[in-house]
Amino acid sequence: MRFGGRVLLTAEGRARVQDVTGTLDVSCPAPPMGAWVLVDGEWNGVEVVGTCEVLTAPHGPFPRPGGDWPSFQDHGGRRLELLRQRALGRRAVRDFFDQRAFLEVETPAAVPSPGLDLHLDAFPVAGANPPRWLITSPEYQMKRILAGGAQRIYQLCKCWRREELGAHHEPEFTMLEWYRTYAGSEEVMRDTEQLVAHVARALRDGSTIIPGKDAPIDVAPPWQRLTVAEAFRVFADVEVKDVLPDEERFFRILVDAVEPQLGRVRPVFLTHWPATMASLARLHPDDPSVCDRFEGYLGGIELCNGFGELVDPVEQRRRLERDQRDREAAGKIAYPIDERFIGALEEGIPPSGGNALGFDRLMMLVTGAETIADGMAIPSARL
Amino acid sequence: MADTTDIKKGYKMLIDRTPYVVVDYQFVKPGKGQAFYRTKLKNMVTGAVLDRTFKSGEKVEKADTEERAMQYLYQEGEQYVFMDNETYDQMRLTGDLLGEAVYFLLDNMNIDVMLFEGRPIGITPPTFVELDVVETEPGFKGDTSSNTTKPATLQTGLTVNVPLFVEVGDKLKVDTRTGDYVERVKV
Repeated sequence: MRFGGRVLLTAEGRARVQDVTGTLDVSCPAPPMGAWVLVDGEWNGVEVVGTCEVLTAPHGPFPRPGGDWPSFQDHGGRRLELLRQRALGRRAVRDFFDQRAFLEVETPAAVPSPGLDLHLDAFPVAGANPPRWLITSPEYQMKRILAGGAQRIYQLCKCWRREELGAHHEPEFTMLEWYRTYAGSEEVMRDTEQLVAHVARALRDGSTIIPGKDAPIDVAPPWQRLTVAEAFRVFADVEVKDVLPDEERFFRILVDAVEPQLGRVRPVFLTHWPATMASLARLHPDDPSVCDRFEGYLGGIELCNGFGELVDPVEQRRRLERDQRDREAAGKIAYPIDERFIGALEEGIPPSGGNALGFDRLMMLVTGAETIADGMAIPSARL
Repeated sequence: MADTTDIKKGYKMLIDRTPYVVVDYQFVKPGKGQAFYRTKLKNMVTGAVLDRTFKSGEKVEKADTEERAMQYLYQEGEQYVFMDNETYDQMRLTGDLLGEAVYFLLDNMNIDVMLFEGRPIGITPPTFVELDVVETEPGFKGDTSSNTTKPATLQTGLTVNVPLFVEVGDKLKVDTRTGDYVERVKV
């Protein structure tokens, strides 16, 4: 038999060699620790007897502390296993959308305006003329594709957000974003719950029960729908209208009292956000004090943020100009308004719904990983 | 002045003139909302744990604490007397500041004393200390099973669960973080 592998243990006249399928003991003149070798010999029922040709020998000690071998191989090859799961997850996402006649698209990573949300900060692209920033979401460009006549589109792409780092945040992460025309929040929430169940079944032998962070969660549709007002009443005993317009207090209550309770056993959609937090969502068709926006929560963790999209160019420009003023007032850079995006709305987009879902968080929840970085090949801390 | 980017496990900060140490923290940020740091803080004087959420970028005040190597001299009534190994200054701490640590104090032991604005607020005993057994039921000869245990009282008054072979007069290694028996020390 002949196989390539890495030497993990050596003793007088023998070596233990690991290849992608497992480890084998080889009786041969001992190669250096950590060497990549080509084994050629006969299996005698206990070990391979033969030769062990050194292909690459490591410089320095093996395993190297903080090196890539331990990063991928420690804890029984945990990171490698999570990468395999991630590959399965990406395939499941594509299967799901392809089966539903969504077109997979790619849009630029460096754009003229990264979005004007007060609390999102973008990485500038050094040396770009005219100025460019890395996307915080592919939203503007995907909506232009809707104006161009596509009816259902999706994209799995990298996004970048400055100063976001924690168990559920990385400055560079993977976003799954999709849009469908002739739809609002409700249709997109149905996409979301079916998609997550589909991914769970693909990775968990047909089961919709995923490990979650602290406790298992059954992601089978339908998910619970809860309005922001109801959630604040139930979990914080306050009325949203009494909290606003103090947005800091709103988010403090959301983060401290509401979010940790959401989706502990089954996922929850938090719907009917205050109209002032509409971002790129339309106002709710039935109640203009709230907007047609939802967030999905699993185990207290926000998984996605979706809208019945705002397609009115006049209202959209008004909101972006207000966002620019808010950013300036907060001492932040006011990114330009993306005129081609406004132009697309002026050309006309049918009523549409869309969702932005953190793919790394989905993988974390479905695989039971501790952090989103665990499921990344090379997270920011290892660059 | 420090801000929330300084927050990490073990960071010591001042809240309402009281020093707290960060025992856990999490970066949280609602998708379209502002960022927060959710923290679990331990009051360095009382040991009480507090949950507190800071807005990202919020200023925090670093606690002016200092750990000094001292020697425990003796107990005098309710007070425990320590001497600074460098300055030879003596400091008196009351039992309530020491908490569980009193069970690990031996005369002339070297120990780290935590000072806050120059005042002692607590001590950190060595991770392992060796204490004599002063009271325990006699064991059975030859019984070396480690699954069964019995209580033993040590010279400082601490009670630990020990294997049956431990006898009065034995010296035991104890983990001061958990108060658990580790092993019998060969004499």
